[in-house]
Amino acid sequence: MIALLQRDLRLAIRAGGGFGLGLAFFLIVVVLVPFGVGSDSGLLAAIAPGILWVGALLACLLSLDRIFALDHEDGSLDLLATAPIPLEGVVAMKAAAHWVTTGLPLTLAAPGLGLLLNLPAAGYGWLAASLALGTPALSMIGSFGAALTVGLKRGGLLLSLLVLPLYVPTLIFGAEAVARGIDGRETGTPLLMLTAITLASMALLPFAAAAAIRINLR
Amino acid sequence: MPSLWEYANPQKFMQTSSVLLPVFSVVAAICLGVGLVWGFFLTPEAENFGSTVKIIYIHVPAAMMAINAWVMMLVTSLIWLVRRHHVSALAARAAAPIGMTMTLIALITGAIWGEPMWGTYWVWDPRLTSFMILFLFYLGYIALWEAIENPDAAADLTSVLCIVGSVFALLSRYAVNFWSQGLHQGASLSLDKKENVADVFYIPLLFCIAGFVCLFVALVLLRTRTEIRARRVRAMLARERMA
Repeated sequence: MIALLQRDLRLAIRAGGGFGLGLAFFLIVVVLVPFGVGSDSGLLAAIAPGILWVGALLACLLSLDRIFALDHEDGSLDLLATAPIPLEGVVAMKAAAHWVTTGLPLTLAAPGLGLLLNLPAAGYGWLAASLALGTPALSMIGSFGAALTVGLKRGGLLLSLLVLPLYVPTLIFGAEAVARGIDGRETGTPLLMLTAITLASMALLPFAAAAAIRINLR
Repeated sequence: MPSLWEYANPQKFMQTSSVLLPVFSVVAAICLGVGLVWGFFLTPEAENFGSTVKIIYIHVPAAMMAINAWVMMLVTSLIWLVRRHHVSALAARAAAPIGMTMTLIALITGAIWGEPMWGTYWVWDPRLTSFMILFLFYLGYIALWEAIENPDAAADLTSVLCIVGSVFALLSRYAVNFWSQGLHQGASLSLDKKENVADVFYIPLLFCIAGFVCLFVALVLLRTRTEIRARRVRAMLARERMA
């Protein structure tokens, strides 16, 4: 399983595009927002937590169809399905690789982009914390969606329709934690809920995703 | 007592539903006719709502059925996954567009009701928002059914999606509650508390709810029968090509 993780990471970094793409997309979203809503710094500060979270979500979505599609095309997914490790483990490792190549860079880059959106000083720590806790759930939910659509020729658009409603609770608690952090209210509840979503999706969704892959490979 | 699983046989299902369908259709028509006419023309105007209160006769039953349709899809999906009961999967497929329409009706009548009451067509109130998310779930579910060619694989995948979606729909429901406090009044109907709706409005509302339930059952039966027939036609065409 570790070997699989390393393989996926190497593929993402070397095979071009996959690694930096999400980050560049995140940057562009953040640059575009002031053009859309005006450059009033007070307004930007007010919407910064939400924009940063929505941006992270979309950046994550962008790279989802790569999780299984490439392996499905060249047949290595069939090999992985018959490999001695359980398919659930394969899914978990794939999601982990996706997180390391998108969620982790997003978490690290978000405070820098917060600067561009005039995020209040109190928000930086909470932003990083909420993204660190929430993005694993995004990767895991996303790989479930990718597993559902892996057999389809143009599954990309369908994938976003399926996955975005599932992202709603994560988004709400993530943005809420940052907004509360800025106002100086207690942030324990949203962060705990975020952690709960992440842990529950890591515990349960690999089974659903593996079931979906088995159906698609049948 | 015959077993419920007999209806796994499409033949048996077609026979039974051909009897049940007209019964439910007629009951639905009667209940809706009585409830709507009584509700619209024979009830007084509520003191603080005016005549707009009458939209309740469509809004509340549609909202109830929107959620119940998803629950029904969840149950039929589980039955399909456990028992490989084909009619069950087709019933789930048949129910989805009806549930989506009910969600849309609830959203639109809510908007029409909201304008005079709250001064706005749309607010990001927890209940409105969670209904919007439910609508998106229906869209995704239907789109996934349409996207997959192999019917058994489609039934399997949509069932998995339905189960995962139910968990997240529930989660979203409470998440949006947490995120903003809205304008919606509390539940107006409940079994254990005293009713918040005055009796004059309550009885026609019950008729409307019964009417919507029967309408939903009738439509699901009708659409399931259509799905079964469509599948038979496909099987016949396949056989023809083989010959």
